Amino acid sequence: MYVYDEFDRSFLQERVVEFRDQVARRLSGELTEDEFKPLRLMNGVYLQLHAYMLRVCIPYGTLSAPQLRALAHVARRYDRNYGHFTTRQNIQFNWIKLEELPDAMADLAKAGLHGIQTSGNCIRNTTTDPWAGATPEELEDPRIYAEVIRQWSTNHPEFTYLPRKFKIAITGAQRDRAAVRVHDVGLRLHKRDGEIGFEVMVGGGLGRTPYIGKTIREFLPKEHLLSYLEAILRTYNLGGRRDNIYKARIKIQVHEMGAEEFSRRVEREWEETRDGALKLDDETMADIRSRFITPDFEKLPDNPLELTIEQDPAFLRWKANSIVPHKEPGHAILTISLKPVGAPPGDATADQMDAIADLAERYGYGEIRVSHEQNLILPHVRQKDLPTLWRALDALGVATPNVGLVTDIISCPGLDYCALANTRSIPVAQRISERFSDLERQKEIGLLHLNISGCINACGHHHVGHIGLLGVEKKDEEFFQITLGGKGNSKARLGSLIGPAVAESEVVDVVERLVDTYLALRTSPQESFIAAVERLGIDPFKESAYAPR
Amino acid sequence: MTSPLQRKLKITGPTVVTANRLRDGIVVWLKADGVWSEDLPEAAVGNTADEVLDLLDIAQADESIAVGAYPARVNIGEDGAVVPGTLRERIRCSGPTVAYGEAVAAS
Amino acid sequence: MPLVETGTPSPAPYVRVADDEALPDGAVIVSAERLLAESESLRVRNGDLGVLWPNDRDVAELEPFLPRLNLVALDFPKYRDGRAFSQARLLRERYGFKGQLRATGNVLRDQLLMMSRSGFDAYEIDKDADAAAFSEALKSYSVFYQPTGDGRPTIRGLRAALRGKEKA
Repeated sequence: MYVYDEFDRSFLQERVVEFRDQVARRLSGELTEDEFKPLRLMNGVYLQLHAYMLRVCIPYGTLSAPQLRALAHVARRYDRNYGHFTTRQNIQFNWIKLEELPDAMADLAKAGLHGIQTSGNCIRNTTTDPWAGATPEELEDPRIYAEVIRQWSTNHPEFTYLPRKFKIAITGAQRDRAAVRVHDVGLRLHKRDGEIGFEVMVGGGLGRTPYIGKTIREFLPKEHLLSYLEAILRTYNLGGRRDNIYKARIKIQVHEMGAEEFSRRVEREWEETRDGALKLDDETMADIRSRFITPDFEKLPDNPLELTIEQDPAFLRWKANSIVPHKEPGHAILTISLKPVGAPPGDATADQMDAIADLAERYGYGEIRVSHEQNLILPHVRQKDLPTLWRALDALGVATPNVGLVTDIISCPGLDYCALANTRSIPVAQRISERFSDLERQKEIGLLHLNISGCINACGHHHVGHIGLLGVEKKDEEFFQITLGGKGNSKARLGSLIGPAVAESEVVDVVERLVDTYLALRTSPQESFIAAVERLGIDPFKESAYAPR
Repeated sequence: MTSPLQRKLKITGPTVVTANRLRDGIVVWLKADGVWSEDLPEAAVGNTADEVLDLLDIAQADESIAVGAYPARVNIGEDGAVVPGTLRERIRCSGPTVAYGEAVAAS
Repeated sequence: MPLVETGTPSPAPYVRVADDEALPDGAVIVSAERLLAESESLRVRNGDLGVLWPNDRDVAELEPFLPRLNLVALDFPKYRDGRAFSQARLLRERYGFKGQLRATGNVLRDQLLMMSRSGFDAYEIDKDADAAAFSEALKSYSVFYQPTGDGRPTIRGLRAALRGKEKA
């Protein structure tokens, strides 16, 4: 992972001092709430239903063990002993006090962590593949470029007061695990004539008006990454709508102008700057790359005796579910499910964070990732350690073998915490998880992404769930709209609404009927839920969902 | 100072004014004496739009103690007890409806 | 409203002139419309000339007038509206404007350094306290990641210099 140097550290120190001063000026009345709000948001501080919420940035989802311990410390010292991992690979603390936030920020800064640009109308944390640097599938480690973008976008003087928030995602693998097509800018590394560069997509996004991003450039040579992004951002900053908050995202600008015209303007702007100071030379790239610690992988055989000798059926089930191949022999990528049956999706206690940090140090070269599915990942574990690791994780309650299955639910915090939410989402997630808790049944159902958002802002990414639930409120009662067939991967597609919203009390039954319909109609167990929906269309599902009882 | 927009406030029953306290974000309600309270039962209840607007004026005139003030429906029980009128306000009053943190791990 | 200038100070205060008002002697700031409509008479007029350029108008239109202009004022109608940051960089870095670039409108302390980095060198600041804290605000950061036209060293440059030293 990237290790801060003296310049990165100086910047972070100065940011803490600046924020402490801003909080003091707010508390003394020198700053009005209206003036203070954008400043606190740019440091990740929201005011939610019950308290302030701090969103800490986890750059491209990568954490070191000491950083995870620093998060545990903040949970203990300033919050209520837990944190919530988000769909953008960050973490949120729900119970923080404004007057204590500068101290919390200072403690985080010691570990190279911060809340900078995790909210506000600025360039947010760049997200990427949680398997980056570990998967055999990738062309190049996308985190190097995500770090280049982090540095360029941090406290950018021109782009800190944009029309609206701006999210960038990047993938280095053909199989997209970063949902690049539903970001303001999506970047995909690919090869053309032996040279590696980016496909640039613009104007994707979920929320109130979901769009799939449009490719505005098939191939951008790598050295032009920043100048091209600056051209996009400048075109957006000057031309994005500011008259209506719901129309201020770049996706609306691209849609209203047309992707071709948008692309033409970006290219024209870029022609002026492409060979300027932002051009990435080999030396700069080598310098950034050199500050990423790459584990010194042991030379180990695949499928060692320590692994194959372990025949506990529970272990075998977990291994089949939570482990994927690593680029190095004898190693594996391990997903730690933060979705135990009946628990709030994505939450971890301070004790769990500390313990996982210890395990990462002992068995995983000290590295941890956060996935946008709200799970943790140990990207580099030795296969021979898997049985021991499994027992330790199981004791922590984070070894449920449900990764990618129906109970691996992605959910926003909903009305239990969030000031924007219309309905709760966690209780629905919990009840679905309980209904499908039988592990055999989950395995039988197979791959199924179920996403829940408690309002139209779509933080639970319901549009790209195979089954998506969107909470709507009618006369103070909770209802859920159901979409089917959404996908967030390289073939991103938005789900289709199957019909009228169903009452909160019925939603679990309806989800079960949808799943049962799939099981009844699939051609074979090899046909996944999403494949069956694509083959059959939504009609048979709709019929069973609304069948009179 | 009251904007003409605020003067259009419609209320559908007994209403209180609520906000979050600046220094720690906790939920507070406005009392009749203009002081913020952590207890809903102490809140001043307005029964007409004008009464609620007067409370809002007091709340919004000074954001040094509490921020984001808005009117919230309440219900008055037969015993005179003031309880939140919506799910959102029930959650703000009593906390999340789900267990969290170590309470989850323990269950 | 206090004015802070960090470049060459204006010889005399600029007077903002409404479109239907006759031009007084001395330094004036006119609207974009007036600049475009009366460009010839303004060009030959004695006295410093400035324009208040709105933030929804392309600054490329200003290019032919820049040699005659002593000042361009860019507007922040609300401090959250950051279009003038881009306009400022374009005027300085692309069109090479050397005169005074003045931030006007809702100008607050916490944006002063970003304005300076974008090329502004004069600020009509909303609050007295913010103006008093001007030099402090400009010193809130000593390291910068991005290159702009402001001449401040970037972290990338500092790293390259360090590498050079290590090699030597």
